[in-house]
Amino acid sequence: MNKTLIIIGREFTTRVRKKSFLVLTLVVPILLAGFYAFLMWMLLKDDTQNRHIAVINDSELERPFEQINNNTFEYIDSSLTEKEAPDFLKQQGYYALIRIPENVMDHPDVPVYSFSQVPMELKNEIASQLRSKIEEIKRAKVIAESQVPDLEAQLLATQTPVLVRTLKISDTGEAKESSSEVASAIGLIGGMIIYFFIFMYASQVMKGVIEEKTNRIIEVLVSSVKPFQFLLGKIIGVAAVGLVQFLIWVAFGLILILALQTLFLPGIDLEALRNAGSLAGGLTDISGTGNLSEEKIQIIQNVAMTIDPLFILKFLAAFLFYFIGGYLLYASLFAAIGAAVDNETDSQQFLTPLSIILVVGLYIGFAAMKSPESPMVFWSSLIPFTSPIVMLVRIPFGVPAWEVITSMLLLIASFIFFTWLSGKIYRIGILMYGKKVTWKELYKWLKY
Amino acid sequence: MSFFVAKNIIKNYANHRALDNVSIEIPEGAIYGLLGPNGAGKTSLIRIINQITGPDSGELFFKNRKLEPADMNRIGYLPEERGLYKKMKVGEQAVYLARLKGVSRHDAIQQLKAWFEKFGIEAWWDRKVEELSKGMAQKVQFITTVLHEPEMLIFDEPFSGFDPINVELLKKEILELRKKGTTIIFSTHNMASVEEICSHIALINKSKKIIEGPINQIRNKYANNTYQLICKYQEDLHPQQLIGDEFELLSEKIEDGQHELILQRLEACPTNTLLRRLLDKVDIISYQKIIPGMNDIFIKLVKEEANN
Repeated sequence: MNKTLIIIGREFTTRVRKKSFLVLTLVVPILLAGFYAFLMWMLLKDDTQNRHIAVINDSELERPFEQINNNTFEYIDSSLTEKEAPDFLKQQGYYALIRIPENVMDHPDVPVYSFSQVPMELKNEIASQLRSKIEEIKRAKVIAESQVPDLEAQLLATQTPVLVRTLKISDTGEAKESSSEVASAIGLIGGMIIYFFIFMYASQVMKGVIEEKTNRIIEVLVSSVKPFQFLLGKIIGVAAVGLVQFLIWVAFGLILILALQTLFLPGIDLEALRNAGSLAGGLTDISGTGNLSEEKIQIIQNVAMTIDPLFILKFLAAFLFYFIGGYLLYASLFAAIGAAVDNETDSQQFLTPLSIILVVGLYIGFAAMKSPESPMVFWSSLIPFTSPIVMLVRIPFGVPAWEVITSMLLLIASFIFFTWLSGKIYRIGILMYGKKVTWKELYKWLKY
Repeated sequence: MSFFVAKNIIKNYANHRALDNVSIEIPEGAIYGLLGPNGAGKTSLIRIINQITGPDSGELFFKNRKLEPADMNRIGYLPEERGLYKKMKVGEQAVYLARLKGVSRHDAIQQLKAWFEKFGIEAWWDRKVEELSKGMAQKVQFITTVLHEPEMLIFDEPFSGFDPINVELLKKEILELRKKGTTIIFSTHNMASVEEICSHIALINKSKKIIEGPINQIRNKYANNTYQLICKYQEDLHPQQLIGDEFELLSEKIEDGQHELILQRLEACPTNTLLRRLLDKVDIISYQKIIPGMNDIFIKLVKEEANN
């Protein structure tokens, strides 16, 4: 056992000291945090640009826009045609030109000319303000013509804002607010990270095995330790590299996310937000305290839901299990392939089937995001070769405990079996040189 | 019982038998040459002795008891195909390999420093292996092989890839290790080095052991009763008449006025009798028994095997 520790130590330290490890470990969390910051910024930023927009109003509407955020509108009298619009914009220095046609009440088709892409928010705001103006006039007309008393008040009373909240019921029967969009995103990101981790670290094991075989140091090594013991040390050592990298990412990511939250959402107590979610109407109370719109509070709350510590802990535990389990399963197989071939190019014929299974797992993971209960998703979250990815995508949606336990047990059983199997191939392969190995040959080795 | 014994070893691969009932006995303190043509099964046998692979049947004994996995630490192995981690630093790598043989980190560093000093390569400690020349890397590998002070050392073609100066250095080290009591197994094609340093040999051909024993015994066994006589005499003399019926003249050569005769003794006849016959007629310069070189014995035996 002592020798296995020495091997683990070497496999770990040589990899961790590499520059590529340092770069990857530092760059990924920065990228992730940057992405998160960008999302936050996109969601929360107000349109602060000052734009002057010219409006040619041929309709009966009276100055439909006054100001939208920092955009100011100027009404001009002109009979500009579409062709003259570019020249006009250039000469007058307007950001955009809106033309409200005479028959806008019947054909609400309003062109906005601009040299730049008009932001989505501005466009929506223009549309909604126009719509409400037109609706107001039409409604007034209908009310005036109908001669029903108090019609206006009655119509107003029919307006019913509906709030849809998705509540996930846990095993204990407790209902908790959840957001399916955020859940699926978290699951998918987890599944993808597992996919990359398995591929990246299992390939590292294979590369290591090929290196030792081609430079022949393996013969010295296995005269000191049993081949299986050596292989085990290597697999565990590389896994430790993966785990350390992942833990650095988690720690790094949490710190950055916390920092960004205090930067972007000062004075908002996320804990209070989460609790508010379970109280009907609690939202408006919170929104009153800040200067954020109700819509934005809703978004922040969705995000806050997923930062529920308990959920994160559970998800991380599942991630660690499926990473280690999936990695052990694939790493031993990759090691057997490395031992069977003389160089990396020869490994392709054996790697292809494994890669296909992994990629299929990833695609089923995508499918699981849309329909986490479909039979294909169900079965592939139990089958050990795909379960690390697919089950992880499913977990945020809530999976019955027996399914998770079955899937985990199957994974454990299969990695023990395949490690044993790979050990047999490895033992023979590492001492076999200059021979093109076929599947048939591998099968023979198993029976030695 | 001998220091290391392999009994009736059989090893089969998918399509052929690599070792067929091979038994060897290695006495303590011997330098034991394992000879044989390529593909004879030497490497298979060495791997079994090293416990890299197991035999299909047969038994192995180390110091009068069964060989155990823990004995790996007491055996050192220098394979024919040398190899080290290219990207790893020399010192670090040597420490790693020593620790895998059960030496503590502290001891490994101390002893390595001493060896590096002895070979004059202290400056290499922090260099990567890929920066070293082939010969330099071989030196490092030799050190890692002997560092844990094994009781038995196995060298597979140890001199290949070394220049003559380093070969001498290595020979000196090997003989010194033997003096300290290390038993050494030596697999090679280089018959000159076999004669020079081996005390015992075994010849393996086509998966079978053909011969085994102390090298002098084997050479004498194949000595074949031929003698070399160097002398001076008159040109009109016929040597065959002089030497008598017990000897047959195989060849005659003249160099610098000296005659070199090769005689085959056909039946028992004391050397003194022969010399007495010659004394009055010729000027004897030297007379000796011809002991065949290992090279000749090797070729002869392998050819005989092929004919059978």
